[in-house]
Amino acid sequence: MVLKKSTKYILTSVLVVAALVLLFMLDNGMIGTSYTVRIVRLSFIYALIGVSMNLVNGFTGLFSLGQAGFMAIGAYTVGVLTIPVDLRPNVYYLKPMAEGLANVEVPFGVALLLGGIFAAVFAALIGAPVLRLKSDYLAIATLGFSEIIRAVIANDQLAPLTNGSLGLKSIPGFDSIFIPVIISVAGIAIMALLIKSSYGRAFKAIREDEIAAEAMGINLFKHKEMSFAVSAFFAGIGGGLLAAHLTAVDSNQFKIMVTYEILLIIVLGGMGSITGTCIAAFAITAGKEWLRFFDEAFFIGTWQVPLFRPGLRMVIFSLLLMAIVLFYRRGLMGTKEFSWDGILHFFLRLKRGIMRLGKKPAREVQ
Amino acid sequence: MDLTTFLQNCVTGVSLGSAYALIAIGYTMVYGILRLINFAHGDIFMMAGYFTIFAIANFMLPWYIAIPFVILATVILGAAIERAAYKPLREAPRMSIMISAIGVSFLLENLATYLFTGLPRSFPKLGFLQHVYKIGDISAPIVTFITPVITIVLLFVLIYLVNHTKMGMAMRAVSKDYEASRLMGIEINTIITITFIIGSALAAIGAILYFSPRPMVYPFSGVMPGLKCFVAAVIGGIGNIPGAVIGGFVIGIAETFLVAVFPSMTGYSDAFTFVLLIIMLVFRPTGLLGENITEKV
Repeated sequence: MVLKKSTKYILTSVLVVAALVLLFMLDNGMIGTSYTVRIVRLSFIYALIGVSMNLVNGFTGLFSLGQAGFMAIGAYTVGVLTIPVDLRPNVYYLKPMAEGLANVEVPFGVALLLGGIFAAVFAALIGAPVLRLKSDYLAIATLGFSEIIRAVIANDQLAPLTNGSLGLKSIPGFDSIFIPVIISVAGIAIMALLIKSSYGRAFKAIREDEIAAEAMGINLFKHKEMSFAVSAFFAGIGGGLLAAHLTAVDSNQFKIMVTYEILLIIVLGGMGSITGTCIAAFAITAGKEWLRFFDEAFFIGTWQVPLFRPGLRMVIFSLLLMAIVLFYRRGLMGTKEFSWDGILHFFLRLKRGIMRLGKKPAREVQ
Repeated sequence: MDLTTFLQNCVTGVSLGSAYALIAIGYTMVYGILRLINFAHGDIFMMAGYFTIFAIANFMLPWYIAIPFVILATVILGAAIERAAYKPLREAPRMSIMISAIGVSFLLENLATYLFTGLPRSFPKLGFLQHVYKIGDISAPIVTFITPVITIVLLFVLIYLVNHTKMGMAMRAVSKDYEASRLMGIEINTIITITFIIGSALAAIGAILYFSPRPMVYPFSGVMPGLKCFVAAVIGGIGNIPGAVIGGFVIGIAETFLVAVFPSMTGYSDAFTFVLLIIMLVFRPTGLLGENITEKV
């Protein structure tokens, strides 16, 4: 059974309008609190970063673990370029900012774009040696570069630019929830279009079989480099959005743990599924906030339930990652995308299952 | 740099390098057999550090009981990880096993934060190991002098084990051809578990030797040494045990001298390891002692 095309359009537009109305109401404080707004913003940002990582890992089959480093480049670019000039002496109170940059302040959009471009250029540069490596060497090398970026940023020699280990603060935040939402959705859409194009088919061919893809005339290096640079670009944009979301950045926010968390998102959503990643980004980001009670002491009456203390939440998330890999390797969506037909089939299967449960088991045939 | 400083740095570098070498052996053996980067190895090493703290500071065990206890606990942890996280994925795509390894690493780091809090804990003094000893003008704790000796002794024991015992022959067979050795009646799972046991035991010894001259252990103190030791294994030629030891020495000595000669580069000493990795992978991807393997279609 397949839905009619017009029905699908109607359903999709209803969904989009509903989402827009909800966002509008959130933005005007009609529903939710500022806390909800923060979670929604963060979910969109993580969806963008998740899809960017999925582009390389899920669609091109390259196991790259450098996302945190690219995010750091984007975040620091936005931070350095958008902190208001009159607040800078307060931020750079130990070492003043470098002469040439001290009075340079650019609009958020320009800084964000520059952050993405810097991340992409850096990725293209390291891609030349790194992308020739086989899968597991690639993982270590990208992980290594991400740590190098962090070490360089935190180094006190770069303090006139990055404020060293003190981090940056007073970064202007968002005026409206729509800024991060529109940028994230646009970024995801661009990546989706790329994946649908002939480039995307080449990426998937490389994922399935590198040697066969090369034999079919696909330039391996060019496509890998492209996937890697585009991924880094959007990770940089995501990092920049994160900087404005938090209004402060610190090199410690971009440790390997961040990459692992994004990996959890794409593994949960399904390696090679954009919609899966988006759904997982929302589930994980919201889940991380809602499950905060695990980190606090929990009482039933006067009896304190054991185990509930800081850190339990992240233990649960790491167990979740293990459970998905071990028992449910495809994740939520596998390599499929969200579709109304898929939803319909899911409900039909559910209905059939319930009906079968209701009926008496058929007598065994001799 | 005068001669004394030079020699002092040599001693420190060789000692650091031998601790790295012990951990690198664990990486190289697991990679040789499973073709898997055991991302959790650095965290097993970190857990061994915590086990030592518990054995000595909390249970008040004397060092000659504490050390076997730490090795045993680490071995159990390593073997349990292999059984729970890697064994079910033998037939799965490589990326899944790698994600599983990352998951274990993520889990151990979070578990350590949860169980032992994120605050650094001071590493206990292990009896005689901490006494400062002088040879000429060079002074260092005894542990710095004995670390290379222990590493070399263990290396020879291991080489003997791999080259001259039946178990070692089985290990070499599995690393050469997984399927064929199974068909020849080798118990693959036993061999893999033994590999993890050896790797974890060496990581435990490495942890005691590595943390002794250092003040603190914290939940992420295994990440950087872990990555560096993997790089050491790659530099030596992955899958090659003496290669891993050479790689460990190269990284330990290079790192020590980088900091000693260019004190302003201290912040980049971690980054330097990865620069070495990239140079190595571009110019000699098989490592110093590695064999050439051509990819079969």
